[in-house]
Amino acid sequence: MLDREVKRGSAEMLILALVEDRPRHGYEIAKLIEQRSDGVLQFHVASLYPLLYRLEKRGLIGGRWVEKAGQRRRRFYKLTAAGQKILNEQRRTWKKIFAALDRVAGINPV
Amino acid sequence: MPEWKEELRKRLASLKLPPTREAEILEELAQHLEDRYEELVGSGVPEEEAARAALSELSDSDLLVGELRRIERQCPEVLIPGRRASGNMLANLRQDICYGIRMLLKKPGFTLIAFFTLALSIGANTAIFSVVNSVLLRQLPFKNPDQVVWVWSSRTDRENAPFTLPDFLDYRDQNQTLEHIAAFSNIGLSLSGNERTERIQGLRASANLFQLLGVDASAGRTLVAEDDAPARRHVVVLSYECWQRRFGGDPRMVGRALTLNGESYAVVGVLPMRYALPVRDAELVIPLAPDVDPLRNVRTSVNFLRAVARLKPGVTRQQAEADLTAIVKRERQEYGDVYLKKTGVRLKPVYEEMVGGVRTALWVLLGAVGLVLLIGCSNLAALSLARASTRHREMAIRKALGATSARLVAQMLTESLMLALLGGGAGLLLATWGVRFLLALSPTRLPREQEIGIDLRVFTFAATASVLAAVICGILPALQAARAEMKGELSSGGRGAGEGSRRNRSRNLLVVAEVALSFLLLIGAGLLIQSFRRVQAIEPGFDPTNTLAIQLSLPKARYQDRAAVALFCDKLLSRLQALPGVEAVGAVSLLPMSSGIRSVDFSFAGQSLAPGDAHTSQYRIATPDYFRAMKIPQLQGRPFDGHDNAGSVSVVLINETMARRFWPNGDAMGAHINIDDNNTGPRPVEIVGVVGDVKHLGLESAPTFDIYTPIAQTHEDQVGLTTNSHYWVARLTTNSQGFEADFRRELQEVDSDAATSNIRTLDDYISDSVAPRRFNLRVLTIFAIAALLLAATGVYGIVSYTVTQRIPEIGIRLALGAGRTRVFRLILGQGLKVVFAGVVLGLVGALALTRLIRSLLFGVTPSDPLTFAIVSSLLILVALIAGSVPARRAAKVDPLVALRNE
Repeated sequence: MLDREVKRGSAEMLILALVEDRPRHGYEIAKLIEQRSDGVLQFHVASLYPLLYRLEKRGLIGGRWVEKAGQRRRRFYKLTAAGQKILNEQRRTWKKIFAALDRVAGINPV
Repeated sequence: MPEWKEELRKRLASLKLPPTREAEILEELAQHLEDRYEELVGSGVPEEEAARAALSELSDSDLLVGELRRIERQCPEVLIPGRRASGNMLANLRQDICYGIRMLLKKPGFTLIAFFTLALSIGANTAIFSVVNSVLLRQLPFKNPDQVVWVWSSRTDRENAPFTLPDFLDYRDQNQTLEHIAAFSNIGLSLSGNERTERIQGLRASANLFQLLGVDASAGRTLVAEDDAPARRHVVVLSYECWQRRFGGDPRMVGRALTLNGESYAVVGVLPMRYALPVRDAELVIPLAPDVDPLRNVRTSVNFLRAVARLKPGVTRQQAEADLTAIVKRERQEYGDVYLKKTGVRLKPVYEEMVGGVRTALWVLLGAVGLVLLIGCSNLAALSLARASTRHREMAIRKALGATSARLVAQMLTESLMLALLGGGAGLLLATWGVRFLLALSPTRLPREQEIGIDLRVFTFAATASVLAAVICGILPALQAARAEMKGELSSGGRGAGEGSRRNRSRNLLVVAEVALSFLLLIGAGLLIQSFRRVQAIEPGFDPTNTLAIQLSLPKARYQDRAAVALFCDKLLSRLQALPGVEAVGAVSLLPMSSGIRSVDFSFAGQSLAPGDAHTSQYRIATPDYFRAMKIPQLQGRPFDGHDNAGSVSVVLINETMARRFWPNGDAMGAHINIDDNNTGPRPVEIVGVVGDVKHLGLESAPTFDIYTPIAQTHEDQVGLTTNSHYWVARLTTNSQGFEADFRRELQEVDSDAATSNIRTLDDYISDSVAPRRFNLRVLTIFAIAALLLAATGVYGIVSYTVTQRIPEIGIRLALGAGRTRVFRLILGQGLKVVFAGVVLGLVGALALTRLIRSLLFGVTPSDPLTFAIVSSLLILVALIAGSVPARRAAKVDPLVALRNE
């Protein structure tokens, strides 16, 4: 079990990364995380949405209701400039951590 | 498909989220569950199972609720007009304040009027309250002031009398109930050392006085009990103010020597700042030193001492009173005749003694200024009501959008509260300045005046007054706003008939209240003015025009007997009489209305004294020309002359009242009486003349018996009092300019050590004797005028408003042929109805309340019909004028224009 802070920190990065190139809604984000991690990482309503709201409140992502023809309206989240900065920082930090872990314990993350 | 939203709502209910936010979250989460469900169904999962799987995402709903609570709690409230106030008071308040500021800025005229009204009335209230607070409410600056009592001798002829030195020593040595007792008297001192000798007022007090009161020196030390010892008595303690004024606050003063009455005294300390000594104007304190006083054992001597005492713990005032009265009873048994008039001892709480005299006046002033504030507030309330009616549409719209009444009331009150707090703040500043103004206006000094200032209690008072003012000003418009109804209001262009009349009723009631309150104040001021006029009309018994009086004291060492004093008077008299412009000049031991009392007991030759028989009269020693200088008429017999000297028979003049009372047949001439003006017992004197009555104790005092003796026959026991202080009066042919310098020059020639003080006209003395009355009168009149003006603007406002409202109606009336006079009367009559109601209400209130100021009145009853009539007419007249301005405007309305407006 990952340490809660680490988990939350990494989860934040995952979400920020997923909305980096285009806006996505909550279900899509959950689905993508599950798919891309081959089911290792799973987010449910109870864990995902509080995280989204917190990120939005911190100004790292911005949510917007979007209505598309023939569909019900959904809330799309996209990365803000502040979010981009944090994401970049987090990527660097995680890279360093993995490099360090690799040097010490011989794990190859990628 | 399950009702996702319902499921979610159940789980999130405990969060009590704001409805809009809750709706958003529900929608988003429901969407998520829906997506999941559809995906599962799409991949062939049975519907029931798919629903279960989707809902399982909420299995950890505790986590969801917990997390959301943490996040959403910090969310700023989305403001929705008129939503329930619960839970977001602060946000509401902020909104109300912002909104209030906008509204106030939008109507700068109203805001300024309201601000100044509130600032002035709260300022005046705070100023008066700070005086009341310092003088009446704040604890006396003593240790355990409840145990400190004032000691008075009670006599058959006087309730609160001073006593002799032997009396005091008996009380001190024989009492069982007092921890300390300290006696004191005022003493005139000649302070020499500078270029000229100055006479200053001092306090001669038992050296334990400060220990008794629990007062420490601000520099050096106070007196200690040992200072009463003969060898140590040449010490002096300065008041802080004396130290500052005369010696520039020089820190090296302690240890220096001062020459007082020709003797050297060492300064041992300085009293705390603003410390009020029991004798007004006393600048320094020297020990009583009873053991070296020549009157140490003279039971028949003059009663010159007053005293304070501290009760032993647990002893009540009544017990101590009984204890001391028992001592007086023993004295009576032992010394007989001497104690005929002394019946016992009366102890008064020190608070009562110090401030009892001004209490009623101060409370009345506070009440009066409170009324002004009330009137000001109702005026503002009426103004706000007028404004509220223009805002009625706004309120109706907000209510239609869902604002609750409470919310609207809160918002209106916030507006008036902001105004009131601004006004209150400015008022507090005004008050600090106003108190100085008030004290400057007051020519006599208030007790404890030195202590007056702004403290926490005054601050709280100002704040409370502001909040109350806000509620009074704001509550009616606020309630009106709360009643605002959508119906009719939005469609009728803002003139709802039912609401309008209710608003008018509120405004009318406010103006009725204003008029009634102003009536109260005007009656109060009117009664004081009547009293003042009656006091002013009293003949003082002498003619004060073109006179100048100078107080003088002589160095004791060189004026030991009456021969020396008489010689001095003769020399100075002949020099002064030779001065140009001097019509008459004379000397007297104590000037009328100079706030001193000197009295003697007298009886008739051949009668033995019993307590009821002995009478008391005012007692003055005068030169023959004193009566001419004062223009006190000689009614019978002869004046004093050069033959009345030490060698001739002792003579006196008496006044008319005394002559009428005891010799109603006009046979006073040649009668003999015994006067008790010395330490050895009554001495016989012959009445040689009757002079006019003089108001020695002030214009308002009851007639007294007066006895005058010639200065050349002054009893040796009275010489000390005369050298200590006496007065010279000069009647001048022109004005008094230049005489003062002449007097000083001549005095310098006769005796350069004689000290002068108090150079003033007799008019000044008369004016001073009515000064407290004039002060009350002035302040109350200012308040009454303010009230009258406020009431007038109230009446103007209400009539003016009626006119605006009824212009179309007036137009129709005019168009149908009504005369302009008729319209004028119609409009004015409506205003006057309100005024009459106010006057009637005020009349009832005044009849009930003026009793409270009975003790401040003179020669008028609290329900003086003349005053009531004048005030009623004045108020109605002013209201008539105030109302006729807008009424005239109504009469001038052009029917065409009026109807077009409709």
